[in-house]
Amino acid sequence: MAATTTTTGTVKPRMWMGGIEPMKASYGKLMMWFFLISDTFTFSALLVSYGLVRFSFPSFVGTAKEFVFSPAYWPIPEKVYEAVPFLHGIELPLVFVGIMTFILIFSSVTMVLAVEAGHRMDQNSVEKYMLWTILGGFTFLGCQAWEWAHFIHGTESGSVVREIVNGAWIEKTIYGANLTENQYGPPAFADFFFFITGFHGTHVFSGVILNILIFYRSATGFYDRRGHYEMVEKVGLYWHFVDLVWVFVFTFFYLV
Amino acid sequence: MSDSHANEHSSDGGAAQRKQIWKVFIILSILTAFEFLIAFTLPSGTLKVAIFVGMTIIKAFYIVGEFMHLKHEAKSLIWAILIPCIFVVWLLLALMLEGGSIFQLR
Repeated sequence: MAATTTTTGTVKPRMWMGGIEPMKASYGKLMMWFFLISDTFTFSALLVSYGLVRFSFPSFVGTAKEFVFSPAYWPIPEKVYEAVPFLHGIELPLVFVGIMTFILIFSSVTMVLAVEAGHRMDQNSVEKYMLWTILGGFTFLGCQAWEWAHFIHGTESGSVVREIVNGAWIEKTIYGANLTENQYGPPAFADFFFFITGFHGTHVFSGVILNILIFYRSATGFYDRRGHYEMVEKVGLYWHFVDLVWVFVFTFFYLV
Repeated sequence: MSDSHANEHSSDGGAAQRKQIWKVFIILSILTAFEFLIAFTLPSGTLKVAIFVGMTIIKAFYIVGEFMHLKHEAKSLIWAILIPCIFVVWLLLALMLEGGSIFQLR
């Protein structure tokens, strides 16, 4: 462990360059919090507009057993997300997305354990828990990639839709979804799926990159020489935020 | 060895804090499992949505409060983060009503 002198911030208030630190938080932590509140607004805007469009379409009336895909009403999520890798043809509603949720919550736990180890200046534990967090992040991204691929390619039978092309009604079968066509329901449903889970996935990806950077710097003893592991804490805030957003996406996109 | 966060730690080397982390993890897991149970047992309706929203807010409370440590920050920081979220609630109410209105007019 480094022979750094201990900085006791307990007695006198810690200082920024201009004076006493506001809200008893360091500059970096405070700015991370304010970045996260702005990011909250971005995600809220996406989720709330999902709610707007969801409410402007009729719901399916009837039991889940009678449900068939149609662009006339909003689909039931448990009918859309029912596939699990390696278990082709077996209906397992919401199981895969549940696994993804647990992976992300668990990686949040290992992250907070890394932060805790950083407080004790325990370099080995920080490295160990950062590696677990990175692994969790990559696993989640892999799951999401599979889910997207499945969503885009669709079910084996597809859905038959009727639409007007050049003034005449035609019938055709649609497999999967893209930004203009959607076998599961209204095209807007697929658009929101791509935008919301895609925006969240981008956040997870940048979080993994930051986590790798933090792991590298703690493994090379950078934070040990610096005398504190506050950077782990700041990136940890971001990582927990990504987990938090997923909790909301999971509820409002997959459950409700 | 103490660092700038030494004031947050007791003499047990953070064991109490680690215990708290695992406790929160168990709470989050149970809540998520319970959400699954609700998803397949209750008929869809206002009650189901209300339960989901309630449990999501409880989960958010634990993640933000314990994992992100906001519960233990200065009061002014807690309010600086929570108060702006009122705008989200406003946007939610406004656009939900708007969505219902579009549905009526369609």
